[in-house]
Amino acid sequence: MKIVLTVNGERHRVEVEPRRTLADALREDLGLTGTHLGCEHGVCGACTVIVDGLPARACLMFAVQADGAAVETVEGLAAEDGTLHPLQEAFSRCHGLQCGACTPGMLMTAAHLLDTEPAPDRARIRAEMAGNICRCTGYVGIVDAVEEAAAGRGDP
Amino acid sequence: MKCPPFSYHRATDVADAVAALGAADGEGKILAGGQSLVPLLALRLARPAVLVDVNRVPGLDGLVVRDGVLHAGALVRHLHLAGQDHHPLAAEAARWIGHTAIRSRGTLAGSLAHADPSAELPAVLRACDGAVHVAGPGGTRRLGADELFVGALQSSLAETEMITGVELPVPDAWGFAEFARRHGDFAIVSVAAARFGDRLRVVVGGVAGVPHLVDPGDLATCDGGLSADRVAILAAAAADDVDPPSDLHGSAGYRRALTEQMTARALTQLAGHRTPEAA
Repeated sequence: MKIVLTVNGERHRVEVEPRRTLADALREDLGLTGTHLGCEHGVCGACTVIVDGLPARACLMFAVQADGAAVETVEGLAAEDGTLHPLQEAFSRCHGLQCGACTPGMLMTAAHLLDTEPAPDRARIRAEMAGNICRCTGYVGIVDAVEEAAAGRGDP
Repeated sequence: MKCPPFSYHRATDVADAVAALGAADGEGKILAGGQSLVPLLALRLARPAVLVDVNRVPGLDGLVVRDGVLHAGALVRHLHLAGQDHHPLAAEAARWIGHTAIRSRGTLAGSLAHADPSAELPAVLRACDGAVHVAGPGGTRRLGADELFVGALQSSLAETEMITGVELPVPDAWGFAEFARRHGDFAIVSVAAARFGDRLRVVVGGVAGVPHLVDPGDLATCDGGLSADRVAILAAAAADDVDPPSDLHGSAGYRRALTEQMTARALTQLAGHRTPEAA
């Protein structure tokens, strides 16, 4: 089936089998391997992307369902000149990652949180990040990073 | 794992979806939010030949209150239900479902059709004595909550039928309590409590194949108000009324103890939670 996906502002035409998940279409058909796959059944959150403004598990959505949708992935976070997004900077500074498998999903979940709630408290950050599993860090660095990125918003 | 192959039909309206289910000869499944169905496909526990995608069917995502009943379209997402204030019990229950990335896709009718006995919305439908509107090859019908759920993951819907809308009477007062290992996990035990006038309905999830409506008995009326003593008596009665299974998440005794605790919590909440008068 022929579909159109707008990913990080760029339009792509792709031909996909109906069973192709959005995550696999991004990775295999568009070469955007920043979106990671962990469990492939919606539990781990590694594949979280933003679809038409809302976070979604890219492994629980077929690419054909995203036909015509605007998708944002981790590749879209940094500026074109390579300047990292404040969340990426904060994850780096706070040791919010170790192996990096969960990081794209963590970043997209956190990015949506900060886009919709500019000043979440620590409890709110923990609640919102609870759908993303990390097996390296113990989460403290991740929550620190999101808190720091939130606090840094509005600074010159 | 990757999903097994299937053919895909993007339905344009309800009649088209029903026709596609009919043409699939019992091998079709409705694809709405996909938050329960797609994991079943990925784990290859289900192998439908045809998925009928209803996400683009217009007119199924509305919410309106008429005569004290919330009428919700089949495609109302959990995030939408959680954010509305017409039916505070449904809103609170929806907040307990998964995480934002799940609630953004998962649908009200999808959760009801999936009929997971530990899911939140089936318990709410039963606590509110709600109903679903169903479309099938023979026309439409209305199914009460007591008729919809048959067993664990089993509803009385035919393979060629789909839910198009949901009726949820708005209770005068309500409470909802859930215990899970982590927020967002399936409940080990959840309790939805609703009061309509002096009639109290308490439903326990996670203790049977279907959301369990506690035998009225003492619960039937609550004209005397809900003192702490009365809450304790009713919670003990609810625990006596359930006959939960044992599994790796908890023994029968543990679930019975949780039923007492969660019922007490939900009723304590109910005593303080009145649904505001509709504007």
